[in-house]
Amino acid sequence: MPDSPLVEVDNVTFAYDARTILKGISLSIPRGKVVAIMGGSGCGKTTLLRLIGGQIKPSRGEVRVAGKVVNELDSDALYLLRRKMGMLFQFGALFTDMSVYENVAFQMREHTDLPESMIRDLVLMKLNAVGLRGAARLMPSELSGGMARRVALARAIALDPMLMMYDEPFAGLDPISLGVIGQLIRQLNDALGATSILVTHDVMESLAIVDYVYFVSEGKIVAQGTADEIRASEEPFVRQFVGGLPDGPVPFQYPAAPYAEDLMGVKRV
Amino acid sequence: MNRRIYDFWVGLFVTVGMLSLTFLVLRVSNASEAAAKATYRVTAAFDNIGGLKVRAPVKSAGVVVGRVSGIRLDPKSYRAIVSIDIEQGFQFSKDSSADILTSGILGDQYVGLEPGGDEANLKDGDKITLTSSAIVLEKLISQFMFSKAADNKDSAAAPAAATPAK
Amino acid sequence: MFDWLAGRLRFIGSPFVEALIKLGFGTRFFFAVLFQSGMALRRFNLIIRETYYTGVLSLVIIVVSGLFVGMVLCLQGYDTLTRYGSAEASGVLVALSLLRELGPVVSGLLFASRAGSAITAEIGLMKATEQLVAMEMMAVNPVARVIAPRFWAGVLSMPLLALLFSAVGIFGGYLVGVVWLGLDKGTFWSQMQAQVDLHYDIGNGIIKSLIFGVAVSTIAVFEGFDAQPTAEGVSGATTRTVVTSSLAILGLDFILTAFMLRGT
Repeated sequence: MPDSPLVEVDNVTFAYDARTILKGISLSIPRGKVVAIMGGSGCGKTTLLRLIGGQIKPSRGEVRVAGKVVNELDSDALYLLRRKMGMLFQFGALFTDMSVYENVAFQMREHTDLPESMIRDLVLMKLNAVGLRGAARLMPSELSGGMARRVALARAIALDPMLMMYDEPFAGLDPISLGVIGQLIRQLNDALGATSILVTHDVMESLAIVDYVYFVSEGKIVAQGTADEIRASEEPFVRQFVGGLPDGPVPFQYPAAPYAEDLMGVKRV
Repeated sequence: MNRRIYDFWVGLFVTVGMLSLTFLVLRVSNASEAAAKATYRVTAAFDNIGGLKVRAPVKSAGVVVGRVSGIRLDPKSYRAIVSIDIEQGFQFSKDSSADILTSGILGDQYVGLEPGGDEANLKDGDKITLTSSAIVLEKLISQFMFSKAADNKDSAAAPAAATPAK
Repeated sequence: MFDWLAGRLRFIGSPFVEALIKLGFGTRFFFAVLFQSGMALRRFNLIIRETYYTGVLSLVIIVVSGLFVGMVLCLQGYDTLTRYGSAEASGVLVALSLLRELGPVVSGLLFASRAGSAITAEIGLMKATEQLVAMEMMAVNPVARVIAPRFWAGVLSMPLLALLFSAVGIFGGYLVGVVWLGLDKGTFWSQMQAQVDLHYDIGNGIIKSLIFGVAVSTIAVFEGFDAQPTAEGVSGATTRTVVTSSLAILGLDFILTAFMLRGT
């Protein structure tokens, strides 16, 4: 079924501690495409990634990856599924007690029986793809933020996954690193024939590389479309988000009593 | 590279730990006495073993020749049957006697063996027939008081017997 | 008014309920670590690596402390025993105190503060920087790969450290008693050998240190895993490890000693 989407979020509700984070949300990620999920902080985009990766279960609804219902898998099947996924965490999450080389080799050593010579070749290839082959002997503490994230990217693609998930890949990077990561995400996706999901609130960089965008606000999808459609959208939330406008559907002022009352300190009858 | 260093230091650590254990076992504890010396087992029956405990020493002329290995009560004769492991190097005659003695005045109790004159020696499984029980302090005191009372009665009776024969 | 009463009860009771919940989670975690130990035991080099960090790096403090404790014990013991003319019993005093009590307990406390806190901090930081989640997403169970080796390394290290502590302490007692205070060398060792029983004193000491090792390792590993993924969370977890482990050691020591003394 080459046309069926790789990931399907089907009417999912997720609540945590009496707070409902996702309210009956549905989206689908077609194969081979790079899709961005955008929204403000706390709108539930990272929760979506966690649901797809099977870290949490939805209160209602289903999440399907490659046709399998993720929340119903037993732990062995879930681990098998995860070997086909790669995830890039916000600050890299490199294993600090291992070198760059060992971080990238981690999955190969744990899940395959490849001989060390072959692992060495593969690790150097992956590091070369992200431009850090020369840093193989360094420890994570010796890397800059951008470099750490690139190593984490090399580690995530170590076993050529079919689904790549990026959690805020652009957060806190300098302009050069931003461009580098953006290009890498696109190129690796196409080279591996994989599907990528970007969770981000960096509009400029994402619109340059993605095929499709979902906008999430308050647990629901408020807008979706291709990069061009989003740029041309008249939807107020999208305009505020893309334009970086301070006030709009997401209000500037935190809910408070009327201004005059607060200043005067007296309730007007 | 790193793995070899870890292995080396951990190996050293475990060796040092084992050496400590060896030192403690051999030089600090009584294990060298309890070393596997060949022994043969005999039993002795006592009316009262007092405070004798398993692993108490068995001495002859003050030298340790074995250990108490078991104590049980014979349900028919109501005597205490004590099993003794004697080292193979020491032979005792069949009519040896076993006494329960106290080291010092109020110390731990041990079994004292005194050899007899019989030419045949004790073998594994034999019984020592001549035994004397432990001195139990309460019995000693009551004996003393009883004999004291008896003395008083005699000396009270003697003058009383003397006066009527006047 | 009833609401007020219920509120007050909840206020007083909730720490206890929280503590119970934590204890329950801790027990479940302990068994989870045991079940997941297969990988750690098959790939023993994982445990060896962790034993280096928990055991080997604790050697210095254990040896130095053991030496000083043994020396002080002999000094104090000699001071009091000479008054009763029993100065030669100093060796016995040092040996029995160390083997039965001070060896397992003091080395356990030192182990908890040095190695236990390090384990908690390390696991807590791995949790805070999402390393444990990353490992899970790479289909490697972090409990099996990260937690279990550290647990078994602690269980392995503790008895060895306690034995070393006792041995070094007795040697320290020898230095003070014989070399410095002039007790007779032969009497020192022979009195000790007469009174120290292999099974009772040394054996019980080893059992105690094994149990302490399990307790400290469990607490250290659990507090790290349960820590809040923030700076304050990790620091709070580290202090909790030291405090809880110390209390656990002292409490277990009392219970074990009571059990063991009944034997005589």
